[in-house]
Amino acid sequence: MNAIIVSTLLGVIMMFVSWGTTSSKLQRSIGLMGMLVLIVANLAQLNNWWSIEFNTKGMLEFNQMGLYVNTILFVITFIYLWINGEEIEKIGNHTADFYAIFFFILCGVSLLTSFNNLLMLFIGIEILSIPLYILTGSDKKNLFSNEASIKYFLMGSFSTGILLLGIAFIYGATGTFTLTTPVVNPITNIPNEHFLMSAGLLLLFVSMNFKVSAAPFHFWTPDVYDGAPTVFTPFMATVVKAAGFIAFIKIFEVQRVALGQGTWMIILPLVIVATLLVGNVTAVFQRSVKRMLAYSSIAQAGFMLFALYGNSTFNNEGILLYIVAYSLATIGVFAVLIKMKDYSIESFNGLAKSNPTLAFLTTLFLFSLAGIPLTAGFFAKYYMLNALFTAGAGIWLLITAVVFAAISVYYYFKLVQAMYFAEGTPAIHPIGKQYELKLWVIAIILLVLGVFPPLLFNYILI
Amino acid sequence: MLLLSTLCIPFIAAIILLFVKHNEKANYVAIACSGVTMALAFNIAFNGATSFDANWILSINARFLLSADGLAKILVLLTGISFPAIFIATSKNEIKNRNQFLSLMLFTQTGLLGVFLAGDALLFYFFWELALIPVYFLCSIWGGEKRVAITFKFFIYTFLGSLLMLIGIILVYTNTPDHSFLIGSFKSALLTKGQQLTAFALFFTAFAIKMPIFPLHTWQPDAYEQSPTPVTMVLSAVMVKMGLYGVMRWLLPLFPAASLSHAHFVVTLSIIGVLYASFIAIRQDDVKRLIAYSSIAHIGLMSAALFTFKSIGVQGVMIQLFSHGINVLGLWIIADIIEQQTGTRSMKALGGLAKKQPTLAILLVGFAFANIALPLTNAFVGEFLMFNAIFQFSPWMAAFAGVSVVLAAIYTLNMVQKIAYGEVSDAINKMQLPNKNAQSILIVLLVIVFVTGVYPQLLFNISSDTLQQLFVK
Repeated sequence: MNAIIVSTLLGVIMMFVSWGTTSSKLQRSIGLMGMLVLIVANLAQLNNWWSIEFNTKGMLEFNQMGLYVNTILFVITFIYLWINGEEIEKIGNHTADFYAIFFFILCGVSLLTSFNNLLMLFIGIEILSIPLYILTGSDKKNLFSNEASIKYFLMGSFSTGILLLGIAFIYGATGTFTLTTPVVNPITNIPNEHFLMSAGLLLLFVSMNFKVSAAPFHFWTPDVYDGAPTVFTPFMATVVKAAGFIAFIKIFEVQRVALGQGTWMIILPLVIVATLLVGNVTAVFQRSVKRMLAYSSIAQAGFMLFALYGNSTFNNEGILLYIVAYSLATIGVFAVLIKMKDYSIESFNGLAKSNPTLAFLTTLFLFSLAGIPLTAGFFAKYYMLNALFTAGAGIWLLITAVVFAAISVYYYFKLVQAMYFAEGTPAIHPIGKQYELKLWVIAIILLVLGVFPPLLFNYILI
Repeated sequence: MLLLSTLCIPFIAAIILLFVKHNEKANYVAIACSGVTMALAFNIAFNGATSFDANWILSINARFLLSADGLAKILVLLTGISFPAIFIATSKNEIKNRNQFLSLMLFTQTGLLGVFLAGDALLFYFFWELALIPVYFLCSIWGGEKRVAITFKFFIYTFLGSLLMLIGIILVYTNTPDHSFLIGSFKSALLTKGQQLTAFALFFTAFAIKMPIFPLHTWQPDAYEQSPTPVTMVLSAVMVKMGLYGVMRWLLPLFPAASLSHAHFVVTLSIIGVLYASFIAIRQDDVKRLIAYSSIAHIGLMSAALFTFKSIGVQGVMIQLFSHGINVLGLWIIADIIEQQTGTRSMKALGGLAKKQPTLAILLVGFAFANIALPLTNAFVGEFLMFNAIFQFSPWMAAFAGVSVVLAAIYTLNMVQKIAYGEVSDAINKMQLPNKNAQSILIVLLVIVFVTGVYPQLLFNISSDTLQQLFVK
């Protein structure tokens, strides 16, 4: 409960901070301090030091896993804000407002990691989404930003509508909003549920796929990620998407039984293969790095969907590692991209000569995205493949996955090739030592987790 | 601890080198560190070493286990000798940002040593990939004209292969009785017949790409030609051995039934590759490409001998792993000296080396004999044993493979003739004083060629225990 209440309070405080001070630098510092407070408050509950409790009638449930995911996502957000703080100031006139928006999004995130009731899921998704529409359109004078915002809003509301319809169906079938274990007929081994239950779950499935940008519900992603101000794209592609996945897993961990294991084993692989195909193949043909990363984030979602396949411990460990590896690497690549004067691949030409450190860091982030050993991305992919296999997926699905992983190397390495092997002067804004230092922090986390992945989840296993 | 330090020294040296900007100093650091590694490698090979075992990832039961049996010892020895030899022989070459180059080379060495020493499948995979990454940069930055595209082809090829192997590892791991990646538990994994076939196919693809076996070899000649010569030396002297090593360490012991049932298939492919590469080698004019194709032929023969399942063949392969590395290293160094001093690799433009630099010409002839596997050279012992095994397996195969010996004599002697004899050509005339560093290394290598050729027991002693393990199962 700590995270939900503290993030809401911090959001409200940030809304009024601009009355106290007009210095955007100070506002940023207050925002970062707020993030730390939020992390500490959440840790306090995770470690049972102190927590705000009241009876939610079982609508919310705070377990170790959910609180731990909160911590991870908050820390990622902190790193994101810490790196991108100055860039955020450049957009719009009211820096503090953006921080308020971030805190509201994090409130939505904490609801999504703790809901035990479909209404809470709905509220969480709405709290998460509405601020995102604002963030997307925050570059008011930019037509692309506006277009992206409208597109996102229309598509988003549509999918929320589907979600609501699904919830209504499920309520119709079971008479409750609570996520309960479906009752299975012991003889036929088929759940005793009304067909409305299956229909509702399918609608939920569609809607959640939309939120995590899985094909064929991904069409909004490239346009929105591309149109939104570059500084906000990594946040949408990482923290928000990760929260979507956690909610997705929470719903279907148990409920897919009601859908029938057979149906599940058909639709999920279809979505996975479609997502991997669309994401990877389209990314190959992109000229703009920003758009390429948008497609790559679709492709990565395909890999994260593996966690939905079974429900072993590998799933949870795998998705946590994947979220961290993918999020940090994406934030890192975007942090470099934002310093570029234009986003074409050619603008990276010769970066290794003019700025070897930056080129090395970018390469490391790309390696992690591609899943090459010594970076966290490798173990993330390994855990996912293992989870998939343990859940009884056919070998063909794994082979498809690694073939697409090999394709992803192709487009990630285009950037590496531009930096190291192409001649030219990169069109890049000057970068300070301090900025590089921040990127090193990400790099070191990725490397450490790339050698000792258990550091991340030993905490919750105890 | 010995094994761990063997692994750590090149790694630490590689990191140090990044900060040594001065060319000469970088050279000294690299040579000194690889020299220490070589000394440790000798120690491992002749005195043995206790294995190193530590927890790595507890939750999935992956261990950081390094151990050295006969096979590993042979390859560690080869790796240990190759790197200082390469560094000294090419120390005069002009290389931009030398410290970065040497640093990446040492990272490669770390990866290679890790591959040969790993006793845990996940660790093996980890190093397998790590050995590849620095090579990608080495070839793409310092290579020839078409380097970027060709290296990328090489990279994607091997990367896809290794990912398939990763699936194979997961498949076997899931079926191990104690859920562990240790080679011992992998051997006792309970696989159904279908699973064994699938796993065999997945592992085999990875190793076949690496060796490479026909028809997956297409990346190799281009990659050898376009890479800077020191990297080509690493690739063909040590790195291709990763594939053969993988077959011997993982493929055959883990999936004996599936391997046996595919033996004819693999042997046939290998022999086709041997003949194919030999015929192409005859037509080559570029020295580098010639050696590249000759190397494919030799590796093909080794893979054929492995799949005969005759202990004599495996013994031959183990000798040949080492011998081929030394021989091809010698040839590459000579090719490199010629290219550095004359600026050309085309045999048409060369000729008369014997008059201009007799010592180098004698060395060339020595290594050429080793390449044809004449008696007294090290390759003779290995090839004799391997042919023996292939003959026992199928006389027809042996007949076809035997043709390759004749072909090897044709292309190798043809090369010697074109380079060493005839009128002194303009290109050869440009050659300056002999490269003392490289020549002394060549002499040392040639001594190894003859010593192990006359007294192969040295190598048999090192490798004997693996043979027993492989066949006593």
